[in-house]
Amino acid sequence: MSNTGVLIEIDNGEVKNTSLEVLTAAAGEEIYAFVLDCNAENVNSKLALYGAGRIINITAAGDLSASPDLQAAAVAAAVKEYDLEALLGTASSTGKDLFARIAALMDVPLLSDCIKVDITQKKAEKSHFSGKTFAAINVSSSLFLCTVRPNSIEAAELQAAGDVIEFAADVEDRGLIKIMETKKSSTEKMDLTEAPVIITGGRAIKAAENYKMLEECAEKMGAAVGASRAAVDAGYAPHSMQVGQTGKTVSPKLYIACGVSGAVQHFAGMKTSKVIVAINEDKDAPIFSKCDYGIVGDIFEVVPVLTEKL
Amino acid sequence: MKIFVCVKHVPDTAASIKLASETGFDDSEIKFIASPYDEYGIEEAVSLCEKEGGEVVVVTAGKDAAVSTMRNAMAMGADRGILVKTDSQFLDSSLTAKALKAAIEEDGMPDLIFTGKNSVDTEGFQTQYRLAVQLDLPVVNEISSLMIENGNAVVEKETGGGEKQVIQVKMPCIIGADKGLNEPRYPKFPDIMKAKKKKIQEIELSSLDINETESETELVKLELVPERSGAKMIEGSVDEQAERLVEILKLEEKVL
Repeated sequence: MSNTGVLIEIDNGEVKNTSLEVLTAAAGEEIYAFVLDCNAENVNSKLALYGAGRIINITAAGDLSASPDLQAAAVAAAVKEYDLEALLGTASSTGKDLFARIAALMDVPLLSDCIKVDITQKKAEKSHFSGKTFAAINVSSSLFLCTVRPNSIEAAELQAAGDVIEFAADVEDRGLIKIMETKKSSTEKMDLTEAPVIITGGRAIKAAENYKMLEECAEKMGAAVGASRAAVDAGYAPHSMQVGQTGKTVSPKLYIACGVSGAVQHFAGMKTSKVIVAINEDKDAPIFSKCDYGIVGDIFEVVPVLTEKL
Repeated sequence: MKIFVCVKHVPDTAASIKLASETGFDDSEIKFIASPYDEYGIEEAVSLCEKEGGEVVVVTAGKDAAVSTMRNAMAMGADRGILVKTDSQFLDSSLTAKALKAAIEEDGMPDLIFTGKNSVDTEGFQTQYRLAVQLDLPVVNEISSLMIENGNAVVEKETGGGEKQVIQVKMPCIIGADKGLNEPRYPKFPDIMKAKKKKIQEIELSSLDINETESETELVKLELVPERSGAKMIEGSVDEQAERLVEILKLEEKVL
């Protein structure tokens, strides 16, 4: 068993489901759940339920939440303190950023956005060439550092002790980077990259207000709403909703593409989804040749009926 | 203002990749381009220097063929280039950072360094961070908006779910560009001709003062992601189609 750290992400006081997936990826190892300045009963019991033998509450002098460099230094200090052989996290926007900082600071290799992880063998699989190939990579450093793509592993309960340990990292912030403000969006709720189900509107959505139709459908499925590049470039949706090359890479259980033609660059961002469904008026649309289920039809007719039946 | 833009020479995202061995691919028939996110960095650097004066230098670690990609960056307005010549597409990110660092330091430190947020070939998501530690500069990544005020870069970074962080970074710094930062220009014919005359300094990787330790990562296998063979089409009236789809998703695929 390797001493394996899992960096936990917390949103609105709750452990993110994607962090539970990473705990499951580390099952069988001696798990140290790292939390940044958060010692809360609901968080600790959840982490124990999903396999955390120890919960390390990392603090530092200074505001951890305002400085990604301070976070990286504090986590690196904890990695050394607990003699970790592996540290895993979520390939979310903040997770990828923090792990890259830790890797650079500690001068160890990093495998980012992995879809399979083998901690004992220190190897992982990840995408190369924008989703066209999988690369299997072995690591020979003493610390195995990687982030795991959301929805790649199903989270499973595995009760463990969950002993809480306070760790005050002796690190300082040089003050070169400061997060001044976090702007919340009023319209979007679920993070696309972490959503278990996604419904996407392409160019055929024709207008920004028509996304409301997809939102209603999404609500019934607990889904997030995405957009194709064509829809973003036409001004129907913000870039934060874009799936594909130059947008987000997603890997949900279910991906429903509505009026998306299916360019290679779109597939680059959603190819590893478990089930892909396409609804498109054009029976010759390229997307039908590369998805699991297809419906030829007008999205404005099909989607409302689908919403009703869900 | 002096600005470096780190550009990676990668296969076109529209190209189909043909594997040539366990870990190699056939690059003879595919088009190479600047990694798409790097273009946002080039555009931002060029437009900043157009406004405030200065020089934009493109720096690349890559094969000889990368010169074509660097010329494109120059057609977009970069003034000159430095190519650190290597023989592998899959250069270790730590070594890439060391090569870029050596080239940048030798040329003289800039006010800003742009990179793309990620390269689209190895999707490593780390070289700019390693370069930052090497050069002892702060780095921010996935940046979709930039303002410069009083020696600081004030940037916006999307963090998912439509949320944005506003971050202040002390300059000089490294900025990983994301879509949204700007709209990269298409070079016009005269710009393309002019770019052919711009200077590219070539440096052999081996001539740089780099402690070339053995890579701690090894690519052991590259395989094509299996393509789906084609959709099972759901026929019938709209009502029947929707009904059947829900049935499949709930009962057969169990994804709802």
